[in-house]
Amino acid sequence: MYLLAIDWIFIIEKLVLIAAIVTLSMVVAMYATYGERKVAAFIQDRIGPNRAGPFGLLQPLADGGKLFFKEEIIPLASSKFLFILGPLLAMVTALLTSAVIPWGSSMNIGSRVVPLQVADVNIGILYVFGVVSLGVYGIMLGGWASNNKFSLLAAIRGASQMVSYELAMGLSLIAVLMLTGSLQMSVIVGEQYNAVWNIVYQPIGFIIFFICALAETNRTPFDLPEAENELNFGYHQEYSSMKLGFYLFAEYINMFISGVIMATLYFGGYDIPFVNEANLAQHIGENWVALLTFLTLMAKALFFVFVFMWIRWTIPRFRFDQLMHLGWKRLIPLALLNMVITALVILWLKK
Amino acid sequence: MNITQLLFWVLTVIAIGSALMIVTSKNPVYSVLGLIVTFFAISGHYILMNAQFLAIVNIIVYAGAIMVLFLFVIMLMNLSKATETLKNKWLQIVGAIAGSCLFLVLIAALKNTEVKQNLVEMGTGDIGLVKSLGRELFTTFVIPFEISSVLFLSAMIGSVVIGKKE
Repeated sequence: MYLLAIDWIFIIEKLVLIAAIVTLSMVVAMYATYGERKVAAFIQDRIGPNRAGPFGLLQPLADGGKLFFKEEIIPLASSKFLFILGPLLAMVTALLTSAVIPWGSSMNIGSRVVPLQVADVNIGILYVFGVVSLGVYGIMLGGWASNNKFSLLAAIRGASQMVSYELAMGLSLIAVLMLTGSLQMSVIVGEQYNAVWNIVYQPIGFIIFFICALAETNRTPFDLPEAENELNFGYHQEYSSMKLGFYLFAEYINMFISGVIMATLYFGGYDIPFVNEANLAQHIGENWVALLTFLTLMAKALFFVFVFMWIRWTIPRFRFDQLMHLGWKRLIPLALLNMVITALVILWLKK
Repeated sequence: MNITQLLFWVLTVIAIGSALMIVTSKNPVYSVLGLIVTFFAISGHYILMNAQFLAIVNIIVYAGAIMVLFLFVIMLMNLSKATETLKNKWLQIVGAIAGSCLFLVLIAALKNTEVKQNLVEMGTGDIGLVKSLGRELFTTFVIPFEISSVLFLSAMIGSVVIGKKE
C-alpha cells in the first residue's frame, strides 16, 4: 500500500502503537493516584478510598469526573495564552518520552515484524534527556502566567531544581552509555537481554539516577515547588478544573515513564529474569512472549512507582539550600567520579 | 513534491514565522517562546539532513538550558510590564533604510558565492550520527576539540569565581 511514496501500513502501525502507549500511560497515571492513596493509607494505618466501587476502584473515575465538571477559572490579570499553554506543555512533555522506549520484544502480525517501539532512533537516550529538559517549561510558564507571587516563586524553585539535577542525571547516564557503547534504547536493552543487567555494573549510577528522577518529577523529598506550608499550593495554585488535573496527571505520567526508563536502563528493560526468551518463543509463539516481556517491563516500572510513593509517605521534604547542596556538591562530584572510574575499568579490561 | 520537500517547507515557514515573532512581539516572554520554536524548527532541518545528534544537542543545550535562563531573567526582572518608549520617527525610517541596505548587500554577496550542485545531503550519509561524529572529533579535529573544551572549563571556573566574590 504505497501512496505518495509513503508506506501507509507503517504509518497505521505506528499510530496504533502511539495510541496504545498514550492510553496506557493515562490509565496507569489514573490508577497511580488510586495507588498513591492506598499506599498512603497503608503506611498511615488507614483504609484509604473504599466508597466508589469495590475496594474504591472507581475512585479515579470519580476524581476525573469531578475535575472535568468543576468551574474553569482563568485569573483576570494572567496572560491567557500562556496560562493555557502551561498545563498543555506539562502533559505533552510527560508523554513525549514514551516514544523511544522499547516496550517489549517484537510481534509477528501477518508477515510483518512489528517492534513494540514507536521510534528506534539513533540518539534514543539523548532524546529522553532532551524531552526531560523541556519539562521545565510547563511549570515555569504556568507559574509565571498565573500572575501570583507564590506561583512564580514555586515555578522558579521548580525550574532551578530541575536544571540542577539534570546535570547529575546526564553524568550518571554517561557511565551507562560507556558500558553499552550506543545511545539507541533497543541496543541498551539488547546488551542486557543476553548478559547481566546494568545495575550490577552501575549501582552508584543507578542511585544517582534514581535521586535525580525523584527531583525531576517533583516528588518528595524534592517537592519544593509544591511545598504547601510555604507556598500555599505551588505553581498550580491559580489553576482549577481540568488544567489543574493535567498538572497533577503529568506528575503521575512522569513518575510512570521515569520508572520505565529506570527499568530499561538499569534493570534489563523487558527482559524476563532467569528465562531464555528464545526458547520460550519456540514453545508458546513470539506474540505471547512479546506480551510476557511487556508485562515484565510493566511490573518493573510499577515497582518503581511504588517505591516513589513509599518514599513520599516516609521521608520529609528537604529545605531548598539542602536540595541545592545535595545536587551540586554531592551528586555531581559523585557522578563524575563514577563516570571516571567506569571509564578506567572499561579501558583496563579492554587491554 | 515528495515528503522531504514538504517537511522542509513546513519547517522553514515555522522557523521564519517564529523568528519574526521574536522581533515583533511586545512581550519578551513571547519572544523567548518564539526563539524556542525556532530552535525546534531548525532541529527539524537537522533531522532532515540525518544529523540527529546535532538536532538533539541543539534542543538540549539551547531550548532546554539557555532559554530557561533567559526566561528566568525575564520573569525575575518582570520586563513584560515595562512599556517601551516610542522612538523618533526619523530614527525608524533611517533604521528601515539601513536594514534594507544590509539585506541587499547580503543578497549580492550570496549571489556571487559558488554554489555547488549538491548543496546538502538529504537523509543520506551518516556523518551526523553520533559514532561518525565522535570519531571525527577525536581523530581529525582532536586539537581544536580539546582547546575548546579547555575554553569551556575556564569559562565555567571563571563564572564560579565571579559568583563567589559577593
